[in-house]
Amino acid sequence: MTTTEFVGSQVERDAEGFLVHPEQWTRTLGEAIAHESGIAELTPRHWQVVDFMRERYLTTGTAPSIRALGKESGVPVKELYALFPKGPAKLAAKIGGIPKPRGCI
Amino acid sequence: MTELLEVFETEEDRGREPIQKASIVVSKGSLEGIYPALIMANGARMEGIEADLFFTFFGLDAIRKDRQAKIKVATVGNPGLHMPTLLGAIPGMSWIATRMMGTQMEKLDIPPIGEFLELIHDSGGHIYACQATVEMFGLTMEDFVPQVDGVLTVGEFYDRSAGAEIIFT
Repeated sequence: MTTTEFVGSQVERDAEGFLVHPEQWTRTLGEAIAHESGIAELTPRHWQVVDFMRERYLTTGTAPSIRALGKESGVPVKELYALFPKGPAKLAAKIGGIPKPRGCI
Repeated sequence: MTELLEVFETEEDRGREPIQKASIVVSKGSLEGIYPALIMANGARMEGIEADLFFTFFGLDAIRKDRQAKIKVATVGNPGLHMPTLLGAIPGMSWIATRMMGTQMEKLDIPPIGEFLELIHDSGGHIYACQATVEMFGLTMEDFVPQVDGVLTVGEFYDRSAGAEIIFT
């Protein structure tokens, strides 16, 4: 756990860089996390995935599986991997300020 | 942003080399022989790891159009089911066991084999059939689902697996 001063606020993140408290998240912070994860710019398609992940987590308490992400986010699996080559579910969760998905699918 | 980059150490910082690629060989045609391989291949892609699936011997059933939907749990010779052998041999037993597992898997959001292969394929994973088996069973690419990228010799498989972790199931 590390607390970092970022965009004028104190943010707590785990060893892998996921936010510990989803309520500390802001879109600016999301952009910064994307940047450090190798995504230079978040397009509206990126945001569609990130917002879907975050919304689903906040309403159900768990992040969606990659299967659900591909079927329900409006962004098909092929495009998900084009947008987030290092793992769509994991990266979108990180950018969206929610914990790392623990599911195997 | 630069401060953030310094705070979180990467795998390399911990002195561990992350896995770059997994090459998974599937040799069994039972449900329990196929699913772990699909889960591992998909899981690799989810972590940004390259994944190849190489189907050989009865594992080919998973990618055969005529057999994919008929894959079942082995109820005989499967001590994990804790079922007496003679009971497991009763016609329909393997169908029942497969149905039960299917329901359970659907609850966990694990897709049926056909959809799972599509997911892996769309994720950028590659799917291959083993040439020796294809010849032995007298099959052609026509017999396989469209997600199959091609038929490989063992040599080609090893060549593609350079630097990969090879997993045999």
